[in-house]
Amino acid sequence: MAVVSTRAGRLGSRIAVAAVILITLIFLSPIYWITSTAFKPLVQATSIPPSVVFEPQITPFVKLFTKRAQLTGPVDPAVYAAAPWWEKLVLDGGERLARDGNGDVVFSAYPDRFVNSLIISITSTLLAVSLGTITAYGFSRFRVKGEADLLFFILSTRMLPPIVVAIPMFLMYRAVGLNDTHIGLIILYTAFNVSFAVWLMKGFIDEIPKEYEEAALVDGYTRMQAFFKVVLPEAATGIAATAVFCFITAWNEYAFALILTNRRAQTAPPFIPSQVGTGLQDWTVIAAGTVLFLLPVAIFTFLLRNHLLRGMSFGAIRK
Amino acid sequence: MTNLIATLDPASRAASRGWSDTTIRNVFVIPTVLFLIVFNVFPLLYSLGFSFTDFRASSKAPIHFVGFKNYIDTLADPVIWRTFSTTLWYVIVSVAGQFVVGFGLALLLNRPLPFKGLLTTLLMLPMMLSPVVVGLFWKLIYDPSWGILNYALGLGKMAWLTDAKLALYAVAITDIWMWSPFVMLLSLAGLSAVPKHLYEAASIDRAGKFYTFFRITLPLVAPILLIAVIFRTMEAFKTFDIAFVMTGQPAAELISSRLYKMAFQQWQTGPSSALAYIILIMVLCITNIYVKYLNKAKER
Repeated sequence: MAVVSTRAGRLGSRIAVAAVILITLIFLSPIYWITSTAFKPLVQATSIPPSVVFEPQITPFVKLFTKRAQLTGPVDPAVYAAAPWWEKLVLDGGERLARDGNGDVVFSAYPDRFVNSLIISITSTLLAVSLGTITAYGFSRFRVKGEADLLFFILSTRMLPPIVVAIPMFLMYRAVGLNDTHIGLIILYTAFNVSFAVWLMKGFIDEIPKEYEEAALVDGYTRMQAFFKVVLPEAATGIAATAVFCFITAWNEYAFALILTNRRAQTAPPFIPSQVGTGLQDWTVIAAGTVLFLLPVAIFTFLLRNHLLRGMSFGAIRK
Repeated sequence: MTNLIATLDPASRAASRGWSDTTIRNVFVIPTVLFLIVFNVFPLLYSLGFSFTDFRASSKAPIHFVGFKNYIDTLADPVIWRTFSTTLWYVIVSVAGQFVVGFGLALLLNRPLPFKGLLTTLLMLPMMLSPVVVGLFWKLIYDPSWGILNYALGLGKMAWLTDAKLALYAVAITDIWMWSPFVMLLSLAGLSAVPKHLYEAASIDRAGKFYTFFRITLPLVAPILLIAVIFRTMEAFKTFDIAFVMTGQPAAELISSRLYKMAFQQWQTGPSSALAYIILIMVLCITNIYVKYLNKAKER
């Protein structure tokens, strides 16, 4: 804290470094554990004692994408020889891949749910960020009657407990046929994220000097041209950071997806745990599905690292 | 003369071409506000209506107006009182844990360190992950027979998630793991904003470490710590995903899970709308109390 130059101070500093590294490792160990489980042979995933050393394999990921059945007898050597390498991995584990009438491999529901997650998250992010950015510009540059109250109202919609909102939404969606549709979830996620986008973008736009636009207006731009050609490029970083936050929120959302979808439009978060209770509990496959689902968020967290504080505090705290 | 003013004032000159500023403002602001009214305020008014009826979304039976019966029944139901007190205890344990771990980490990190940026980013990973998926893989970690936690700590076959006394704490530990980094992130921002000259002055005055911490660091970081606590209290009160996926132990049932079961498993739409409103009012009250406290802290 104070200027450390004494021997005791240097020692204290070294202890702090060791403690920080140790704590970071402890914090990351659950993530390491689920990741390693995704690469384990089935018997080692739930072995006692837990296996730390194992030969990594990608069989769980092959299983994740396919429908399988338990083998009843030994595999026909000719079939085994003709099988591609990834099918051999499954056969080695005592299971065979399910095939349809044409002999094509039948995919599991996972890729569908993953694509649903992508479609719904990306579309709602685009909508929320577009709406949020123009609204933030409106609040930032023009006098709006009752501005403070309106901004508070916008933020408060984000604070509502999801289940409380889901009860009437379920009934309304059922009445208009939006239950289990992509559009239904997209609308809800947009509503959920737009409040966040307004608050965050307002901070970013407030930081862009008004003089830039005024100079553009003097040069003969209209206000709209100035917004598109001067303000938006200046706000690009902020827009990108806001978009990543909105994407992660939509990607991770569970309660609305659980209540408002069940098959066609179901996203990955309600789907992944539903696999735990059904049939054979293959934790390596669940782990593989989890790791694949968490990967985009892990990557985005690194891209966002300098904006995390700002995003997490709705733009209230800036560095 | 008017021409001259128009040339000098860029705003009014622009207004003569394209959309006027007022039009742009309205077009930019009104759609979002309307959108939120249609998809948040209107649904809530809709369910306010249902909270005074015996409506069941699963049946086509005629709906009757029952007045405040649903509210009275909800407040008289011992199961709901139990879940409320469980939730309150969960909020206290979880937020206190996050506060201690998060602030402690921030104090450790608030010094020049090798790879500080990388370490901070890695520490922040848990809070970005999907709560339901986090709950799921902590189930793997907590498993009584082959979970790594019991093995690593030598706890035998401790049934973390099915034991009535332990389940709530097991969920809270996961939540603390996930959200301590959030408190850490905000605390670090607060700590780095404390002016260095205050520490120099304290060191010249030969002030002790405890004195410096309690009289300089803590008061200056307090406002930002309060923001962290508000956000986490609100979120912990609303907890659904993690607890719902991790444990079915009735002693660890949180109010959101109870609401979910009432509304979507038992289809008691009327009573669950009433409970939803009680929760909504509580959320608003907590926010109010904290905001008042926050403003006091700011004035100092």
